[in-house]
Amino acid sequence: MHDKTVTQLAAALDSGELSCRELTSHFLQRIEKTDDQLNSFITVTAEQALIKADAADKARARGKAGKLTGIPLALKDIFCTQGVKTSCGSKMLDNFIAPYDATVVEKLSAAGTISLGKTNMDEFAMGSSNENSHYGAVKNPWDLSAVPGGSSGGSAAAVAAGLVPAAMGTDTGGSIRQPAAFCGITGLKPTYGRVSRYGMIAYASSLDQAGPMARTAEDCAHLMNVIAGHDVRDSTSVARGVPDYTETLNAPLSGLKIGLPTEYFGDGLDPEVEKAVRDAVKVYESLGASVRDVSLPHTHYAIPAYYVIAPAEASSNLSRFDGVRFGHRCDAPADLVDLYTRSRAEGFGEEVKRRILIGTHTLSEGFFDAYYTKAQQVRRLIRQDFLDAFEDVDVLMGPASPTPAFDLGAKKDPVSMYLQDIYTIAVNLAGIPGISVPAGFAGGRPVGLQILGTHFAEAQLLNVAHQFQQATDWHLQLPAFAEENA
Amino acid sequence: MALEESHVRRAAHLARLAVSDDQASGFVDDLSRILDMVDQLQSLDTEGVAPLSHPLDATQRLRADEVTETNQRDTFQHCAPAVENGLYLVPRVVE
Repeated sequence: MHDKTVTQLAAALDSGELSCRELTSHFLQRIEKTDDQLNSFITVTAEQALIKADAADKARARGKAGKLTGIPLALKDIFCTQGVKTSCGSKMLDNFIAPYDATVVEKLSAAGTISLGKTNMDEFAMGSSNENSHYGAVKNPWDLSAVPGGSSGGSAAAVAAGLVPAAMGTDTGGSIRQPAAFCGITGLKPTYGRVSRYGMIAYASSLDQAGPMARTAEDCAHLMNVIAGHDVRDSTSVARGVPDYTETLNAPLSGLKIGLPTEYFGDGLDPEVEKAVRDAVKVYESLGASVRDVSLPHTHYAIPAYYVIAPAEASSNLSRFDGVRFGHRCDAPADLVDLYTRSRAEGFGEEVKRRILIGTHTLSEGFFDAYYTKAQQVRRLIRQDFLDAFEDVDVLMGPASPTPAFDLGAKKDPVSMYLQDIYTIAVNLAGIPGISVPAGFAGGRPVGLQILGTHFAEAQLLNVAHQFQQATDWHLQLPAFAEENA
Repeated sequence: MALEESHVRRAAHLARLAVSDDQASGFVDDLSRILDMVDQLQSLDTEGVAPLSHPLDATQRLRADEVTETNQRDTFQHCAPAVENGLYLVPRVVE
């Protein structure tokens, strides 16, 4: 069952081949037997899941089931889940039981899906390797000495290892697409504003987006049908109708114009990764697409711009963690300032502190214009690069990451870790959607092909990704770990 | 724009983050490296370019000034470290 997609499992539930209880139990058992080797879950909600599975079976028996009724999945521990621990990967929220459900959680539950638990992540979504979690690093099921990517490393590893058929992640600088690439699964970051951020613990409010992670683009399309849409409780969510993302999956690709940004194929790109990506592009040519080189001239300014804007927004968002209303509080505070400074120093990990400090510094008097205003100006130029490119081509393609998954502990210097995000980060600055699909291997570790579209082009991205998955079978491959631990 | 320890201490104070003396020098090193990387932005001419704060260049939506929320204080105070009579308790501020 664990090598099946959401679509296949939904069909098995429909036909009565499987009950919802059997399906949920199967995945819960796999998690119990093998997750100590991966550390992909922070909290497993087994009891609640089985209760929901029984309710799903009853709903199916009464003919009151939706497409996804009874489908198990996992939620990155950044989504508030009522009555369930929501830690955001941090000691700061180790004691936090969310009093409400995030909109995404509500919608997935209303659609009948069953959450098996909350997945591990880089603390407050700050990281590219899932090594920054208070709950320990997550291992890549393809190679236990490798990182799964981050910050949605737990979600990616859990899907890749067949512990859940799908999971929710979030992406602020690449945190869905890069772990999807490192773990050989499919991950979509929707257009900014497409999915509600209500109840999703905020890192950088102008960059964060929630998105689906699963084995296939088709699965991601089913999940997008559930989670996308306007939400009055998130004033940045866009009032725009949601198409049926599954309806256009099979539209033929002939005539598709693909652009390859020259800046995404330069120095620092692993040659095996480049080969896998260029081979993937050849598959598209055989399907009738045309390919041309394009330029995104401000690419090299994306990382510096992001590492001003994101930490600045984070320094503001994380100021709510003050030991007063929720989260960690230090013992015996001497006075109010001591309460704040010590609670925060004890609750936050190193990377989070670095980003809060950098963000506070670049927003402070005397530095604001040179750093923050400058970065926002650069942000407009980066977005314009994409809009200009989409005048000439329909989609852009390139590697999701310059290398396959690196070893645990390999990147100790913060800046060398930041440089991992080179192909994903500009996408969040521009707010456009992006998907990563499995496209081969480099050094035995998965490689992801990243496909980018213009604002609100998710249906096209899912179609383009789905057509690749009809013509290739990279996405069907499972790590030996998943089979050894069957 | 070389980063000094005084900048780190000021940021730590503004961010209400306790930073010990040994930690301070570590942060100066790390943050200096990050700012060196960020300084690449200075080489780009952005004269006349309007800052972009929202990726869709949207503006904040407004709604009618009507009460729509209900009082859920008890629910939301369940997860508080210290409350009494519906108030959050902190060390005395005013003498």
